[in-house]
Amino acid sequence: MSAHRYLPHTQADIERMLERCGAATLDSLYADVPDTLRLKKPYELPEAMTEPELQRYFEALAAKNKAMTIFAGGGFYHHYTPAATPSLISRSEFLTAYTPYQPEISQGTLQYIFEYQSMMCALTGMDVSNASMYDGATATAEAIIMAVNSARRKRRVLISATVAPAVAQVAATYASAAGITLEVIPEDCGITSREAFEEMMGAGDVAGVVVASPNYFGIVEDYSGYAERCHADKALFIMNCHASSLATLRTPGEWGADIACGEAQSLGMPLNYGGPYLGYMCCRQTLMRKLPGRIVGATTDEHGQRSFVLTLQAREQHIRRQKATSNICSNQGIMTLHAAIYLSLMGAEGLRKVNKLGHDAAHALAEALCHTGKVKMKYPDRPFLNEFAIETVSPLDADTMLSALANEGILGGIKLTDDSILVATTEMCTPDDVKRYVSTVKNM
Amino acid sequence: MNKKLYSPLIFELSHPGRHGADLPDYDYGTRGGLGSHLLRTTALELPETDEPTVVRHYTNSSNNNFGVDTGFYPLGSCTMKYNPKVNEAMVNVAGIAPLHPAQPTSTAQGALKIYRTLEKYLAEIGGMAEFTLNPFAGAHGEYTGLMVIRAYHLSRGDETRQRVIVPDSAHGTNPASAAMAGFEIVEVKSLADGTVDVKDLRSKLDETIAAVMMTNPNTVGMFEKAIPEIAEAVHKAGALLYYDGANLNPMLGVARPGDMGFDVMHINLHKTFSTPHGGGGPGAGPVGVRKGLEQFLPNPRVIEKEDGTLDIDFGDDAFGRVSAWLGNFTVYIKALAYILTLGKDGLAQVGPLATLNANYVMESLKDLYELPIAGPCKHEFVFDGLRDKSTGVTTLNIAKALLDHGFHAPTIYFPLLFHESLMIEPTETETPETLDAFIAVMRDIAQKAKTEPDEVKGAPYTTPISHPDEDEAALSPKLTYAQLK
Repeated sequence: MSAHRYLPHTQADIERMLERCGAATLDSLYADVPDTLRLKKPYELPEAMTEPELQRYFEALAAKNKAMTIFAGGGFYHHYTPAATPSLISRSEFLTAYTPYQPEISQGTLQYIFEYQSMMCALTGMDVSNASMYDGATATAEAIIMAVNSARRKRRVLISATVAPAVAQVAATYASAAGITLEVIPEDCGITSREAFEEMMGAGDVAGVVVASPNYFGIVEDYSGYAERCHADKALFIMNCHASSLATLRTPGEWGADIACGEAQSLGMPLNYGGPYLGYMCCRQTLMRKLPGRIVGATTDEHGQRSFVLTLQAREQHIRRQKATSNICSNQGIMTLHAAIYLSLMGAEGLRKVNKLGHDAAHALAEALCHTGKVKMKYPDRPFLNEFAIETVSPLDADTMLSALANEGILGGIKLTDDSILVATTEMCTPDDVKRYVSTVKNM
Repeated sequence: MNKKLYSPLIFELSHPGRHGADLPDYDYGTRGGLGSHLLRTTALELPETDEPTVVRHYTNSSNNNFGVDTGFYPLGSCTMKYNPKVNEAMVNVAGIAPLHPAQPTSTAQGALKIYRTLEKYLAEIGGMAEFTLNPFAGAHGEYTGLMVIRAYHLSRGDETRQRVIVPDSAHGTNPASAAMAGFEIVEVKSLADGTVDVKDLRSKLDETIAAVMMTNPNTVGMFEKAIPEIAEAVHKAGALLYYDGANLNPMLGVARPGDMGFDVMHINLHKTFSTPHGGGGPGAGPVGVRKGLEQFLPNPRVIEKEDGTLDIDFGDDAFGRVSAWLGNFTVYIKALAYILTLGKDGLAQVGPLATLNANYVMESLKDLYELPIAGPCKHEFVFDGLRDKSTGVTTLNIAKALLDHGFHAPTIYFPLLFHESLMIEPTETETPETLDAFIAVMRDIAQKAKTEPDEVKGAPYTTPISHPDEDEAALSPKLTYAQLK
């Protein structure tokens, strides 16, 4: 009998194959591994589990997780996933394929990446998209590197304090290694300080400027004039946007941005405790050859049939090695298929409705919460879509409020400071959920 | 594969007024506060399609694709082993889909336990003290590992180490990752047997070297048997030794990178630990470090508290952060399910059987294909094209001819050490019958190359498309549907 259901070799198979190899034992195939390096004792790992045992193992772990009614965002949102999406992306012809190096037998993968690229360009208003980055944070970090690579000799990049902290931290990590000076444009009442921005641009040595829309506090900032100011100094204007919001909000293309990047998790991807999500990256045509990552293009085969291939590979690590635009190789693959299917099902109309439901719930919740007198808006009069920051009114504080909500099974938001919380809504919140949130706060 | 190409794009199936998803109508009685200058004004051209059309489109499109479930996939250095179905099932059982990353850790103890358990198991398999699972892919793991090394040297006030040594046989990601981590690259030569030239390496080791990156077995499938000597020299020079885990599979049950003297390593869960590659991702590239380097691993970290519960921590000595959160979480569930399903004994058989399969194929073909490096290989080996070069049949032709027989092609034209590299990695999950069928086809192609070379050069014939014009694609790039119109 073979040793395991994943390992088909019977003892007779092994003997026959060893004979072909001119080897007496399996061990003799490792004669070149010095004895001193060999594993001396069995792995300290559990014994094999059968499927029923494995099922019980994971069920026991699942019992230690608690699903909550989610009012938290911070860049990751609880959106509806149409049932057709997980069903289609689990097709093993897609799921068990490697990178489409052989286009003749990979048109499925290549075609959905092409569709994904097309949809992301439509959403962002940009000309070119790559085949994905790991997440919104690394996409932003790579956009910064791209800006510096596109500028000659300039290594200074500005990033707004209203960009999500996790994104800014990843960007800072990448920038430090790349010898890029990343400076933070301070915040002014929840938005990027225009005054500081103008001042910091002064010296003409800036390669790129990074802002967010909606920003970390959920505010939709007015970036009029930013692109023009950047371009006057030949700096690139980089916008980090939540993908789904772009059906409603002014796009990076419309703001005059050069690179659009960020998180596409909002396109119906399950929260999954942090991933897999999907980083996207799009740019203007003129920057196409500076874009990192894989890109799929259309061409024709010998019979004139339209077909798709990986293209412009002279930018990539397997060709250019240390001179590549990035080291990225594996990306988020199947999540681009998720995005393409989601966007095909939702369409522009569905996406706008997602934004409207999130917006309406957020505004209703904000108003009702302020009405309780227990909290007030942290940044009153700032426009927002589906996320907003509140300040607790003493003696209530953020920890008390969040734990009282947690007792009701509500994830009330993300703590910003001891007395402020970031609250988000989506189409998955019901009017009853909103009422429950409000009444819990009212009773504190 | 059948010859019929399913070719429409989803955009071409769009019909105004159709939709594929329904959302509830809630009336909150509120009015928006967004000024028109903040709103999108240009049309959003997404498909308008009904659900059955979308489902049929992507189902048909999947038939143009080849995966491990379709057939033998001997893509060298990619370890295309079987992706177990139960791994996928466990993602749903584990109950993490609704968990928001910012949830209180008290409500995500099961998820954190999965993360921590996998870290520990990988540490045992790698012979390392600690792991982080956060990196999203192999190249991201390399980058992370090099940043750990950078932080280590800087913590010792050692600022002169700005260079990283990489063998000329290394994966392209090695030099690219080192460059992104801010290092200058020094290439070290390979000997005729494909292993690193230790003399050349020694001559390049000095106080400017931060690390030496090695893949072991290397990309020609040879074990770097001088590794104890290399480790000693590297450490004596004050540098650290990095293990690229892309080729870890044949070491399962045989040897551990930590015991070989490596200080930092990454593992590709989508290779050795059977998680599906998804046509390009999501993968995962966990990074392990030996004792004494743990504090430099990136934030956030999953930590064990004294009461036995798990929490998330941001350490002070970490070099920074490489991911918004804890990485591609569902991939960890699949890798953990794989380890638990094979168990300690099953895992220990993986390496030897992967090596047996590779040697079996190599021995069965080396009379017809040029084997530049003799001797038992590990998980993979490289042919330098056909032995008979007079036919004019190239490695590319052989790769395409294989497609007509229901096999994926090996990795071609890598490593760069040979002109006609054909890199074959069968993995341990293939039956001898599958290998025999592959061997028969490879032999048949070699014979046909002599008798009907033009027929071989014309392949493939039965795939959904014939050879696409890659020059056209690059010369006038058409990268979106809008650019096609």
